Amino acid sequence: MSGFQSNNGVIRWIEHRMPIFSFLDHSVGSEYPSPKNLSYLWNFGSLAGITLVIMIATGILMAMQYTAHVDHAFESVERIMRDVNYGWLLRYVHMNGAHFFFIVVYIHIFRGLYYGSYKAPRELLWMLGVVILLLMMATAFMGYVLPWGQMSFWGAKVITNLFSAIPFFGETIVVWLWGGFTVDNPTLNRFFALHFLLPFVIVGVVILHIWALHRFGSNNPIGIDTKGPQDKIPFHPYYTVKDAFGLGVFLVLLSAVVFYLPNYMGHADNYIPANPLSTPAHIVPEWYFLPFYAILRAITFDIGIPFTDVVIIEAKLGGVIAMFGAIAVLFILPWLDRSPVRSGRFRPIFRIFFALLFIDAIVLGYAGSQPAEGLWLAIAQVSTAYYFAYFLIILPLLSVFETPKPLPTSISEPVLRGGGGALAGAPAKPMEKA
Amino acid sequence: MRKGFLFGLAALAAVSGGLTAAPQSVQAAGEGVPVPKFDWTFSGIFGTYDRASAQRGLQVYREVCAACHSLDYIAFRNLADLGYSEDEIKAMAAEAIVVDGPNDEGEMFEREGLPFDYFPAPFPNERAAAFANNGAAPPDLSLMTKARAAGPDYLKALMGHGYEDQVSDDVLQEIFTLETDKRVQAYELALEEYEHKLEVYEDKVADGIEATRPTEPEQPLPVESIEDLGLSDGLSFNAYFPGYGIAMAMPLFEDGVEYADGTPATVEQMAYDVSNFLMWTAEPKLEQRKGMGIKVLIFLIVFTGILYAAKRKVWADVH
Repeated sequence: MSGFQSNNGVIRWIEHRMPIFSFLDHSVGSEYPSPKNLSYLWNFGSLAGITLVIMIATGILMAMQYTAHVDHAFESVERIMRDVNYGWLLRYVHMNGAHFFFIVVYIHIFRGLYYGSYKAPRELLWMLGVVILLLMMATAFMGYVLPWGQMSFWGAKVITNLFSAIPFFGETIVVWLWGGFTVDNPTLNRFFALHFLLPFVIVGVVILHIWALHRFGSNNPIGIDTKGPQDKIPFHPYYTVKDAFGLGVFLVLLSAVVFYLPNYMGHADNYIPANPLSTPAHIVPEWYFLPFYAILRAITFDIGIPFTDVVIIEAKLGGVIAMFGAIAVLFILPWLDRSPVRSGRFRPIFRIFFALLFIDAIVLGYAGSQPAEGLWLAIAQVSTAYYFAYFLIILPLLSVFETPKPLPTSISEPVLRGGGGALAGAPAKPMEKA
Repeated sequence: MRKGFLFGLAALAAVSGGLTAAPQSVQAAGEGVPVPKFDWTFSGIFGTYDRASAQRGLQVYREVCAACHSLDYIAFRNLADLGYSEDEIKAMAAEAIVVDGPNDEGEMFEREGLPFDYFPAPFPNERAAAFANNGAAPPDLSLMTKARAAGPDYLKALMGHGYEDQVSDDVLQEIFTLETDKRVQAYELALEEYEHKLEVYEDKVADGIEATRPTEPEQPLPVESIEDLGLSDGLSFNAYFPGYGIAMAMPLFEDGVEYADGTPATVEQMAYDVSNFLMWTAEPKLEQRKGMGIKVLIFLIVFTGILYAAKRKVWADVH
């Protein structure tokens, strides 16, 4: 708390009794040293945090107008769109904000995967991030149910039904989740309650995530530890202004979609009120679930003892295990990739497999949007196999067999000009007169 | 270079969000012939509603569609958006009979409609609607343009270009080819399955196991006419309705309404007008949204530019 000074008497008065200003200064201010070479890919963490705030703000305002009842939910959402002042804006920001939240978080995750941000000493930071992802998925899923359109209802039905694959207790668990014998009013009510609650749980885990981050500070594109003050710059003003610029770009993109393509990423069927007696032709989840949906549907075969008829895991359960496994594997990632080099920049073979993983995720997403049959099923199966192979086979093997390129001695002095790569962004640019 | 590579990936990730969402509509359209695109005054960044057309569309709705379709989310007061005066709205509302109450004596009573009343539904409930319409309740039209993948294009195509008397020979041929191909594909799949089953059957017979001989699939006949599509009784052909059989008989006929503004009431004109009107009922805040969007975007782009300049300035001494 030493470095904090202020000329403002009120601030000094408060600071003396509750050192909140120095706390903030140490958290996101001039007393928080950050590596000086962070690229724009390091913008997505704070961007995700701001998106969370946008979602909570618009969400609370809408919750004041929303009615969580099967007979009124759809209508109340239309009331928000038509009769509430700027209700259409709130809803379109909330709706598209969810899509952008996932885009931001997925980029954030792939950044971590490429630069080895999950490696020691940041394992716990990474695992907390995976918890946030899981909570986000649950929140998004339940939020999508609230407008009580056709996709809301049938999506809820399909996803909750997955739990029936659990041996012995499956059916009981599903009835318990529903609060009845089908997706109905109790389901909608509890989903609303949880959709309201979980974002605040996310805020809590985000605070833990940032706490863990501050223990060792950000990783960086070179992936080596900072060696001293010459490698660091204060978070404020350098990264506050850089994050502010990134936020500006983000808001331009979000606004373009909110104001001109508000329903582009949604599904037309959700403007039809839920009808339990009429199943839509294709039940498709929102795009951000599609890769996992593809993995779920890729397991079309029972798993048993070869050459006998003994089935240990039925196809449905296998799909559910694979889908949850796709996230669970991220929890143990820090112990699967044993390579001491963090950044993919210095791992020539890793880079190729990483690029394949990225393409694999997009292919899985596309396969998830297609009917699970014929060619697309085969593609989904191959892609699922690669997804798990990347984490469970390729990374452990690479840890042993890959020879990384030589690492620079420090962030300030990359040893090999051209080999170590230019440092991030504007610092390399000549000084400009303003 | 490396940064370029990663930025490429990041951009791709951002875009893929949009791309993966798109196939759903492509897929939906892929089941039949593509819906033609029409020009609408409300599309584009500066789009606004063609009020004269939407007003005519309201007339078509009131005189034709309203016999079967409700418009639950629209109140008479909303019509001010389309340029109707307060007196016109009062007059229109007054034509509706609304059940109100209970009054001081606890009785429900009927009264003339008032601007705050919602459009009256043609049937008291969904059961009654279904009963009067061969078992299929006509859907509410308030959100129809947003509830179909191709939106207003779909509505106009459905009502003005899709019925047997309206559809062009080219589109009809396209459907026949498409359906013939589907049948041939289904036949080939069935044949493959049949051959496999036949092998199993013959093996069993050779081993002396009792088995029933699988039936050979019938070779499909090409689709050469609307009759060949085999639509159920009571359904009308429509080129743009999924499955081609629609329960709604052709709703629009030349001069079916007499437009107050003297516009000739051709089928295409009426389909255009009512689609315009229904786009407004689905998205009444479209003009407000697009108007605000311009201001927001201009502000954000300028402000982001300033932030970029600030960033450059702040970072100038970092090396």
